[in-house]
Amino acid sequence: MGQYKRDNLAPLQLHVPEPKFRPGDKADFSDIVIPEVDAIPRPDEHAAPADIHGLAYGLVRVMGDDAKASGSWNPGLSAETLRLMLRKMLTLRAFDDRMFRAQRQGKTSFYMKSYGEEATSVATTMALHRDDMCFPSYRQQGILITRDYPLVDMMNQIYSNRGDRLKGRQLPIMYSAKDYGFFSISGNLTTQYPQAVGWAMASASRADTRIAAVWCGDGSTAEGDFHSAMTFAAVYNAPVIFQVVNNQWAISSFSGFAGSERTTFAARAIGYGIAGLRVDGNDALAVYAAMQWAANRARTNNGPTLIEYFTYRGEGHSTSDDPSAYRAAEEYALWPLGDPVERLKAHLIALDEWSDAQHEALVAELSDEVKAKQKEAEQNGILGHGLHHPFETMFEDVFEEMPAHLKEQCAQMLEEQRDKFGPEWEAR
Amino acid sequence: MSGDSVKTMNMIEAINSALDVMLGKDPDVVIMGEDVGYFGGVFRATAGLQKKHGKTRVFDTPISECGIIGVGVGMAAYGLRPVPEIQFADYIYPGLDQLVSEAARMRYRSANDFICPMTVRSPFGGGIFGGQTHSQSPESLFTHVCGIKTVIPATPYDAKGLLIAAIEDNDPVVFFEPKRIYNGPFTGYYDRPVEPWSKHDGSAVPEGYYRIDLGKASIVREGQAVTVLTYGTMVHVVKAVVAEHGIDAEIIDLRTLLPLDIDTIEASVKKTSRCMVVHEATRTSGFGAELSAQVQERCFYHLEAPVERVTGFDTPYPHSLEWAYFPGPVRLARAFDKIMKD
Repeated sequence: MGQYKRDNLAPLQLHVPEPKFRPGDKADFSDIVIPEVDAIPRPDEHAAPADIHGLAYGLVRVMGDDAKASGSWNPGLSAETLRLMLRKMLTLRAFDDRMFRAQRQGKTSFYMKSYGEEATSVATTMALHRDDMCFPSYRQQGILITRDYPLVDMMNQIYSNRGDRLKGRQLPIMYSAKDYGFFSISGNLTTQYPQAVGWAMASASRADTRIAAVWCGDGSTAEGDFHSAMTFAAVYNAPVIFQVVNNQWAISSFSGFAGSERTTFAARAIGYGIAGLRVDGNDALAVYAAMQWAANRARTNNGPTLIEYFTYRGEGHSTSDDPSAYRAAEEYALWPLGDPVERLKAHLIALDEWSDAQHEALVAELSDEVKAKQKEAEQNGILGHGLHHPFETMFEDVFEEMPAHLKEQCAQMLEEQRDKFGPEWEAR
Repeated sequence: MSGDSVKTMNMIEAINSALDVMLGKDPDVVIMGEDVGYFGGVFRATAGLQKKHGKTRVFDTPISECGIIGVGVGMAAYGLRPVPEIQFADYIYPGLDQLVSEAARMRYRSANDFICPMTVRSPFGGGIFGGQTHSQSPESLFTHVCGIKTVIPATPYDAKGLLIAAIEDNDPVVFFEPKRIYNGPFTGYYDRPVEPWSKHDGSAVPEGYYRIDLGKASIVREGQAVTVLTYGTMVHVVKAVVAEHGIDAEIIDLRTLLPLDIDTIEASVKKTSRCMVVHEATRTSGFGAELSAQVQERCFYHLEAPVERVTGFDTPYPHSLEWAYFPGPVRLARAFDKIMKD
């Protein structure tokens, strides 16, 4: 490994990004610029992408520090809709808490919470039509909850029990629910990006009216599929909404490793010639408004939009992660955009449509409901306690029809079970 | 009815005809890829199809294999039946994640909630001075993936019937087209003129709809002395060598590598007691290794000689030394000598 030196040049330097705060540091977010509400007013939904570049560097906000909604982005939702939004976000939070605890109790192998990011799945889904297809990553369980997918079915999947619609084949939280417009989740990051574009292209080519929405995290934008999806969407003017949940962290890597030191994620849209919006991801009304704007654009053949939700991953990456090993402890408490649930609650209270007492009662009600659903799901079994789908289902659905070599292997596996559990095992 | 009339076609024309038939038969069929639309494909496989069926059915794509296959997976999830083309099999690798992690597992991981009835067509194989990136045979990368079917035709008739079956199949299929035999059945004697398909039986192709079921091998020559398992271009090379040397070989064109027609293979090897596997792809961990192992497991007590593998060498595909690399007549003749002596 030789070094090539010229006397008249300083040596080159490799820049390796470093987050501002590490364990033991006191986080300070005072350098994050938070524009005024309506700093860039809502453009017409037919606006040319080139005319709205500012929105990719700004921050769409509806709720001010006084928790009141104002400005041209205010979606003007009814108090009833706002309460429903709050209810869904609180349900998600209660669900996450119970399932995280279930993992810690050894009832399942794995879980991932979306604490602090609830608006980016709940408010977005409320701004879509029920039959639009969502292509989520693994942190958008709020879509299912918003669309009233049965909590028991979500839990059955997490427990991989005999009620699991995915027959225990998938890691917990990798849901699939076609009837609910929720695409099968993959462990491979950002593969859903070009798939969403393909779905949207199919919809357009069939003169359908449905659109596609796809989510990924800040870290996953570095995948090649992100680029191919943006290119295809731009080329074919696909009715798709790209969303980047910028929660600042990809496991232990801060967003600088996905390129955030130089630009915003929304600004990636500019190079592809599509609309890009950067949004306060903890302002549920701004999130709703941005999605509604993008959905209207897609529905009227004005093409794709990229939305970046600027938010913060409130807890660890997963049950297998300990964030205190790589980031400052108080970051979430100090996060300048606050907590999405607390902000929506404050807004409803400011409208005189909600109260602390009502809130407490709702939290208690949802906690009880989730607990009851958990009991119901556990009737179907928990991971590793024997109540699972029949052994032979392991070989089903690899292909539409089971080929001969899989039939052979299935027979072998059943023999092995007989060896293991004795001749009567099938009667168990 | 014109659909019943038979025409002499080369393999390109047969593939074009299969695509044309399926575009006409099923409104969900969509064809896309680099240069496949207006231009009709760099090998002319999609010539005229955009003009006949429209731009929303047959269209050009950006140069992005992961995009082409990823978009195909999404279209299939919507309910279409996409038939993407990857211009050369050597360029399928950027799309591998979408094929292996997504297309192949969609039905399994979603328990039938979403499926992927997609057929990825791609020219493959060497013998054309294509060098390193226009000659590869990556079939074993796909046969190793559970959930994908791998199909390789050796004649125009089979190409059309198998492609129609692949498009109609509700599982993802990788359909490799041996580009060396697009225009005629290459025998491996590169210093002799290549006969056109019109002089070969496999070029009589019905103009309308027909299908050849996937998972069924074809015995292209019956024999008693040795079973040869092969596919694609090598079917014709083996046939020529067998004729030249007067070997009583039973030549089996596998046509579908996965699912494999093991019954046909087993019956033949039990009859001949000798087995040779032949492919262009590199040797180590190639599909021949799987064939050899299965024959050994199932026909051990019938074998009178070790299973012989005749393959490409374990090097990248060279340009100038192509005919020293290609498993041609000399390598095959030596292998026949060896297996018949044992």
